[in-house]
Amino acid sequence: MKTLFYGYGNPGRSDDGLGVRFVEELERYIRAHKIPDISFDSNYQLNIEDADTIREYDLVFFCDASQEDIDGFCITPVKPSDARVEFTMHAVSPAFVLDLCRKIYGRTPDTRLLHLKGYVWDFKEGLSEDAEKNLQAALTAFYEMLPSLAGNKMPEIIKSSACT
Amino acid sequence: MPKKITIEPVTRVEGHGKVTIHLDDNMNVVQSRLHIVEFRGFERFVQGRPYWEAPVLVQRLCGICPVSHHLAAAKAIDMIVGAGAGEGLTPTAEKMRRLMHYGQIFQSHTLHFFHLASPDLLFGIDADPAIRNIIGVAMENRELAVQGVMMRKFGQEVILATAGKKIHGTGAIPGGINKNLSPEERDRFLDGKAFPNIDQMIDWSLDALAFFKDYHKKNKDIIDNFARFPSSHLSLVRKDGALDLYHGVLRAVDAEGKVILHDVDYRDYLDYIAEEVRNWTYMKFPYLKKYGKKNGWYRVGPLARMNTADFIPTPLAQKEFEEFRAYSGGKPSNSSMHMHWARLIEILHAAEMMKELLHDPDLQGDDLVVTGEKQYEGIGLLEAPRGTLFHHYRINEQDQITMANLIVSTTNNNEPMNRAVEEVAKSYLNGQEKITEGMLNAVEVAIRAYDPCLSCATHALGKMPLEVTLVDNKGEMIDRKRTGS
Repeated sequence: MKTLFYGYGNPGRSDDGLGVRFVEELERYIRAHKIPDISFDSNYQLNIEDADTIREYDLVFFCDASQEDIDGFCITPVKPSDARVEFTMHAVSPAFVLDLCRKIYGRTPDTRLLHLKGYVWDFKEGLSEDAEKNLQAALTAFYEMLPSLAGNKMPEIIKSSACT
Repeated sequence: MPKKITIEPVTRVEGHGKVTIHLDDNMNVVQSRLHIVEFRGFERFVQGRPYWEAPVLVQRLCGICPVSHHLAAAKAIDMIVGAGAGEGLTPTAEKMRRLMHYGQIFQSHTLHFFHLASPDLLFGIDADPAIRNIIGVAMENRELAVQGVMMRKFGQEVILATAGKKIHGTGAIPGGINKNLSPEERDRFLDGKAFPNIDQMIDWSLDALAFFKDYHKKNKDIIDNFARFPSSHLSLVRKDGALDLYHGVLRAVDAEGKVILHDVDYRDYLDYIAEEVRNWTYMKFPYLKKYGKKNGWYRVGPLARMNTADFIPTPLAQKEFEEFRAYSGGKPSNSSMHMHWARLIEILHAAEMMKELLHDPDLQGDDLVVTGEKQYEGIGLLEAPRGTLFHHYRINEQDQITMANLIVSTTNNNEPMNRAVEEVAKSYLNGQEKITEGMLNAVEVAIRAYDPCLSCATHALGKMPLEVTLVDNKGEMIDRKRTGS
């Protein structure tokens, strides 16, 4: 299963860098363990060219910091959405990227959003202590499911998960 | 009874936008204000940090145009390390920075045109907001949407190759650059194997211009007259008057084209430009000191650059520039919607510049950095996608930054955006008591023409919407509408 992990956020804004940091750590692990067919990308935010970035993959994980009331981290499925553009004009959502991919390339990868709870959004590098804990918990969960992904199976935790 | 309308949030405008419109007893617009909550914390934040960190630190400011801040800060820090003000770098260093900058201009303008402006042109400003985006474009004209996506990708790839990383790029360092462009990196942009090549980018840039000009031909009234108002225009120009987005001298012209700021050294900007504070907004209002607060305001950005430059030093863009200038009888264009036209000419110019640079062997040079006698003050200006960007730093004996002053492009356009909103309010709202979707869209279109990056201007976090509120002369709200509500 050709898989992409795509982290986004601004690491210069403390916990806003959770998604990018998650992808960096996971990439380090996967390279060390020589797990095939998994790619990585990061940026400050998602944008329209990411429709081209994701089109060749079977499974895509967008990884983002979250201010939602969640317990550490959670994963939700992403469905293409042609809802109006977000208020932020220079960035788009995972659902928007997916829908644009569908409209111009006629296909969409199975896409999930990893929500990583953050707490501090100041002008500084590095995660807060609680965000670091959430990051480590998410990494541990993904390390456990990587063999399933490598074996072309969707792990149960991803299939059934939701943010509640 | 005089009334007031407020519009917030403005969709497709980065940052928090709130518009308040005051009506008189006869329901005529007497005043409108675009409120942006500016937070100047960043300038305080960098104080005490070592100066060499500035080009990377400033990218924390904004995820929209980090390259512009990176390069403007690097130019300022060049002065501090004694590498001169924009002209003392090695050919490899200056050309690598230029390539990075043109990649940024190309991708930023492309996003604006294909994602934000072309939907208005394809569907009209009164169309359902749900389709006024690139997905709507894809459904109507798939090829146009694909071009937008691939042009953005090309620009992003140029930034990656020159800055080294997508996030917190480190390409520009004090006195130069930390890498050259390898032949393998260069060839990716020329051979078209990984993505469409630079020649395709030039062709698509011409196609986008043709698309706009065709629309213009059929819709002259809205393109020429929507949110039109006279103003001065300011930008950097090359010493010989050419359009130059990376370096030059400061020039301003008035609404009739008379030069009112004569190619001055940007290091002296404080002698010519000041910022006014008004009690109803935290965002400042820059103006030319000589002409005062009332008359000294100016526009920056693509339209201003077309109005201040004498020529464009690339052949295809020069041809388009001549057509643009001839349309206004050789005088400055004061039409807000001509900003789109100007932006498209700059997309073409950026593509031509990238092609020229990609074929320049200096990019494979190894002489990357120069230094000289340390200075305690540095000023760096460049023409960012949205207009002139000022970075100014002072340091102490311990190499710590003691003062930072940033005037971002969107702040320079604060007064013009307010004027544009007022023009539209008068056209669409006079005599009305309720805000319709069409009015809301019109206000958005006017603001959007300036492609404001309120994230930079506000230095703030989060997704920020636009709301319009209508208020009477006693300050009581009579109507409020948010985009999407």
